[in-house]
Amino acid sequence: MLIIKDLHASVGDKPILKGINLEIKAGEVHAIMGPNGSGKSTLSNVLAGRENATVTSGSVLYQGKDLLALDVEERAREGVFLAFQYPVEIPGVGNVYLLKAALNAQRKHRGLPELDAMDFLALVKDKMKLMEMNETMLYRSVNEGFSGGEKKRNEILQMAVLEPRLAILDETDSGLDIDALKIVANGVNSLRAPDRSMILVTHYQRLLDYIKPDYVHVLAEGRIVRSGGPELAHELEKQGYAWIGDEPAGAGVKHGS
Amino acid sequence: MTNTTSTLEEIISQEYQHGFETAVEADAIPRGLSEETVRVISAKKNEPEFLLEWRLAAYRRWLEMTPPDWASVHHPAIDYQDIIYYSAPKSQKDGPKSLDEVDPELLKTYEKLGIPLHERAILAGVAVDAVFDSVSVATTFKDKLAEKGIIFCSFSEAVQHHPELVRQYLGSVVPVQDNFYAALNSAVFSDGSFVYIPPGVRCPMELSTYFRINAKNTGQFERTLIIADRDAYVSYLEGCTAPMRDENQLHAAVVELVALENAQIKYSTVQNWYPGDKEGRGGIYNFVTKRGDCRGAHSKISWTQVETGSAITWKYPSVILRGDHSVGEFYSVALTNHRQQADTGTKMIHMGKNTRSTVISKGISAGHGHQAYRGLVRIARAATGARNYTQCDSLLLGDKCAAHTFPYIEVKNASAKVEHEASTSRIGEDQLFFCRQRGLSAEDAVSMIVNGFCKEVFKELPMEFAVEAQKLLGVSLEGSVG
Repeated sequence: MLIIKDLHASVGDKPILKGINLEIKAGEVHAIMGPNGSGKSTLSNVLAGRENATVTSGSVLYQGKDLLALDVEERAREGVFLAFQYPVEIPGVGNVYLLKAALNAQRKHRGLPELDAMDFLALVKDKMKLMEMNETMLYRSVNEGFSGGEKKRNEILQMAVLEPRLAILDETDSGLDIDALKIVANGVNSLRAPDRSMILVTHYQRLLDYIKPDYVHVLAEGRIVRSGGPELAHELEKQGYAWIGDEPAGAGVKHGS
Repeated sequence: MTNTTSTLEEIISQEYQHGFETAVEADAIPRGLSEETVRVISAKKNEPEFLLEWRLAAYRRWLEMTPPDWASVHHPAIDYQDIIYYSAPKSQKDGPKSLDEVDPELLKTYEKLGIPLHERAILAGVAVDAVFDSVSVATTFKDKLAEKGIIFCSFSEAVQHHPELVRQYLGSVVPVQDNFYAALNSAVFSDGSFVYIPPGVRCPMELSTYFRINAKNTGQFERTLIIADRDAYVSYLEGCTAPMRDENQLHAAVVELVALENAQIKYSTVQNWYPGDKEGRGGIYNFVTKRGDCRGAHSKISWTQVETGSAITWKYPSVILRGDHSVGEFYSVALTNHRQQADTGTKMIHMGKNTRSTVISKGISAGHGHQAYRGLVRIARAATGARNYTQCDSLLLGDKCAAHTFPYIEVKNASAKVEHEASTSRIGEDQLFFCRQRGLSAEDAVSMIVNGFCKEVFKELPMEFAVEAQKLLGVSLEGSVG
């Protein structure tokens, strides 16, 4: 699904990613953990194609394609989805309108017929039940006046509608109370599938109590310093990130192969 | 081909029937403006004496006036002696012979806007079979309207057939001396539209389709007069959602609306005249005076405008709230891209008691676009209980454009309530990235965000117009991203 090789990236003049190596196979869920400033969000942004981060070297293969050569929207249409840490508000644009436009842009790209309003509504209402969302949210402006929990649920709703192949969830647990976290996690779990991979980017282990990853990687100073199974997350929970500095840098560790 | 030619001949000869008595070769006068020019125009149009006198009075006032210099726009001085003030309605021989001769960029735009093929030809000035169409369309509509006693015709026709109405209302809202361009228009206006809705009649259709196909080439000095008598209602759509091929650079139109007791006029404009190229060469100067007079109690006038065209727009559709309990509304979207300039807004003049006005203005600047909202709210001493709400939002795309807001508020009655809200925002990189990450192209994303911004205004437009206006914004913003 995804092969990242020796990826270096900078924001401005500052190198942030300093040689990331990671391989993710279809159906796997990988958690990427690390302290603030370790490069977690930059990695998400580089994969999604945000222009504020510049790739200086390395490669990313996604389903056999050079991901870095694709535009942001091309990546999205090829099935790369980013659930945002801070979903933006778009005044005056109905939530349902955005969703329909997005889905149809992606369907068009895949050579599928565009869904008409009726079929689309049936689909989206079905997905909303999963996220325990009130239908009135469809007709409100995108994220405008949504609570933190509603915004995050809205992100996962978009994911459920768009059915990506690779979903990157950037700090999806931040700002959620326990009830909202459970709903979001349920939604994400229901979307796990043999042909869908996920990257969970998180600071805290808490999210991983509800979404069980297959692998956990620890990111520090732009490198993956440790990789392991779910137990690694618990270890981090107990010891914090302070111990990372004492470990030899584990760049180049490969998992999922 | 023979068929087409004979159709053309038919149409050309029809034009003569409508009041142009001289042969086509002679139907233009030399450049320049003098009292003689005004007399010639009036004579060619076979106008009654009162109208000639009115034109001459306007001309004499105009001579003493100077162009306004307060607007936030810049252009070289206009040589008023270098304009041809009268030429017969343009016939087919002036325009391209077929779509093959039309600027391909223009055609691409029509295609994107989904303009039907036959209309594309009309808009581009080709006008072959389509003119035939529009004649029949016009006839059908006219019969239907005539049944209700509604008069809807060209201004020239109104002068011939309804001189008493013209005499009563012409200049009663925008007096000849109102401003430099209005005076010029009054002296030399060529043609335009005339609407009269009799008491108690609700006009059964939007006066739109007809207009879109017909009232083109009315010349650069257009004059429109709409009267809604007691308890009457009319919705009037002006303009054209596709860019018009047009040879005239200066347009100085005047629109007057009169609403008598309990009458309602809704006037919607989508203006997309040629804005000039990316460097600002060419393009129309659109200097328009539009004003409505809520003359009767409980009357209502609404202006809705979507302005995306013209190199320079200078325009303040206004309402005089004379009747007690009358209502004035102004909903506006103005977009400036590339080197376009717009100084636009409204005036709400409250004179009657318990009069209410609402102003919603949305300005969008992209490229090197430059625009100003200029709005006046005046509450006269007698206007007890008057209320105004103004909301004025600007959206900027990129860092080379500019937006200014100039609100003028004059309140002479202590019971008035006047509210003004203004905001300026920039399309965020975050919003764009978010939309693209969901699979939308950058251009679709900008168009969607901008349309969201304009929603409050678009919902005031008649349905079909609103859809076209949305597409139009998308097309007008092309090249403004990235």
